[in-house]
Amino acid sequence: MNERIIMKLRRAAWLALAIPVALAACSSSSSPAASGGSTTSGGSLKSSLKVFVIPKQLGNPYFTTSDSANSGGALAALSTLGESGSETSGTSATPSSQIPAIQAAISKGANALVVSASDPTALCPTLTSAMRRGITVVTYDSDAPTCRDLFVNQASSQAIGTSEVDLLAQQIHDSGQIAIVSAAASATNQNTWIGYMRTELAKYPKMKLVSVVYGNDDPTTSTQVTQGLLEQYPDLKGIISPTTVGVAAAAAVLDSPKYRGKVALTGLGTPDEMKKFVADGTVKSFELWNPADLGYLAAYAAVEYASGKINGSAGQSFTAGKLGSFTVGADKTILLGPPFVFTAANIGKFNF
Amino acid sequence: MNRLLRWETGLAVVVVLIVVIGSAASPDFLTGNNLFSLGLSNGEIAIMTLPMTLIVISGEIDLSVASILGMASALLGYLWSRHWPMPAIFAAIAAVGLAAGAINGLLVTRLRLPSLAVTIGTLALYRGIATILLGPSTVSNFPTAYTNLGVNAVLGNVTYSTVIFIVLAVIFGVVLHATPFGRSIYAMGASVEAAQFAGIRVKRIKTILFMVSGLICSLAGVLWTFRLDTAVQNNGLGLELDVVAIVLLAGVSIFGGKGSLIGVVLAILAFAGIQNALLLTNFNQEATGIVTGALLLASVFLPNAGRWLSRWSSRVPGHRAPSL
Repeated sequence: MNERIIMKLRRAAWLALAIPVALAACSSSSSPAASGGSTTSGGSLKSSLKVFVIPKQLGNPYFTTSDSANSGGALAALSTLGESGSETSGTSATPSSQIPAIQAAISKGANALVVSASDPTALCPTLTSAMRRGITVVTYDSDAPTCRDLFVNQASSQAIGTSEVDLLAQQIHDSGQIAIVSAAASATNQNTWIGYMRTELAKYPKMKLVSVVYGNDDPTTSTQVTQGLLEQYPDLKGIISPTTVGVAAAAAVLDSPKYRGKVALTGLGTPDEMKKFVADGTVKSFELWNPADLGYLAAYAAVEYASGKINGSAGQSFTAGKLGSFTVGADKTILLGPPFVFTAANIGKFNF
Repeated sequence: MNRLLRWETGLAVVVVLIVVIGSAASPDFLTGNNLFSLGLSNGEIAIMTLPMTLIVISGEIDLSVASILGMASALLGYLWSRHWPMPAIFAAIAAVGLAAGAINGLLVTRLRLPSLAVTIGTLALYRGIATILLGPSTVSNFPTAYTNLGVNAVLGNVTYSTVIFIVLAVIFGVVLHATPFGRSIYAMGASVEAAQFAGIRVKRIKTILFMVSGLICSLAGVLWTFRLDTAVQNNGLGLELDVVAIVLLAGVSIFGGKGSLIGVVLAILAFAGIQNALLLTNFNQEATGIVTGALLLASVFLPNAGRWLSRWSSRVPGHRAPSL
């Protein structure tokens, strides 16, 4: 009797082990798309290209906005152009999580990769082998300068670095201790912006940068490092957090009578996440670009390149659908535009 | 023994299932190119499971493995940026790996501290050393001769890390299953007291196992660094959980004394295969954690299911206790 129950249980358990495998089989929705892409009769861009959009990580609202079809991001551009677009990546923003997704995209016969690099160099062996196979590699949001065909830059690094210092300076009247809550210590864009912030700070002799801390684009870690800053520097007057995850976490920490109006905060944030902090006065102003426009432009650039319309030389220009005309600049870089400042006066108009 | 045999048979069935269903679901699964990248992405993890297997069988655990990998990677970048010659760097990394393992081993055996607590401590400590060595900077100008290890094949579609893993797996398998040293590991895992009475030098052997783990993980750190052409302080962050998950999935008892190396090899194939198949088949990747977590839970639940069941049924009123 007992023996039989145990047997049954074992059999059931093995079945449970097999279910994930079966799930993998069922969810296979990839249809055998035409490989290589074909030229449409009317336009000169190739259609049916397999384009993989590979953000630093999945589940990050910023990349959901930049990539998804609903928000008008990269996948929207790809479907407008008649390409076969899909989004893939790992679940944490590290090279070891992102690389298997890139390799899988290569295995699946990608024509172009649109990548936000979780590390400036660690993806290079993988991306270089993709380029060697003739796959177009376009980076957006975060660059891997030595191993891509094009980089679509959200805003000039200098403009971001200097304007954030200027925004904070207005709020704290050009004086006091300030700190930076960054993302990962190895993130290319973060370190470049922080470099320009240091340069810009030379204009404000009474403002002193006392610390740069790293929240790894993780809400819990960002909260902890912000709390640590406030304890360590009781005279802190302002915080700059040039990352959407970090600035929202920092705003939540500052959103108390103890800090509101005493410690200023600015940085890069999304309007939806920051609305309530702007409404209650914790945050006066912050900035960003439109991530959906960034993804949209990157997808257009990838298709233009993969169709042989542009090859990355400076001065070439192309039209990116609803966004209008863009010109390739130095270092095979395309610039989206200047950063946009959100304040209580305009934040209500934005929804992402 | 019989039950263990069946566990490995079951794992083999799972691996076959993954291969069959994976290749049916995606035409790209069984291609040489995909198997090559599968080997690349999992090489270091696979290598680190080998010493972990022996440590868990001996009744201990080493959670500092990924931090030792990170520390080795950071040291490689630190010394290379200071223009040390590569052979000297390798020697230094091997020495540091052995020392890191020795610290774990001595704290566990001489101070009689639980290895779980000790290695959680050194997990933070070794990662901290990596952070101090490199700070936020990244070192990535390694010579192509070395970084090619990470992208080129030895022969056909076999990566260097796969070859290193196979050689090490044979060595670890022979040591564990065919030498007195290996039998001592099982003996101390089953009962430390009995092993000591039998004259087995438990403390010395455990210290050796931790040192081997330190050495192998620092080797994994070197492979990782060259594969990504990047030394950065957070290399391999969180990998210890994958390593422990594979060892448990292999049927190695977390309480020590049970497990086999062939099980570990099968578990690596199952773990790597299922993650790769999920990636290739457009499975919702945010849910892959659920799949691997369910696999792990099943692997700790199943070996104990019989025991719990008999205990439960003996408590049910009107049901006679099993006469086992």
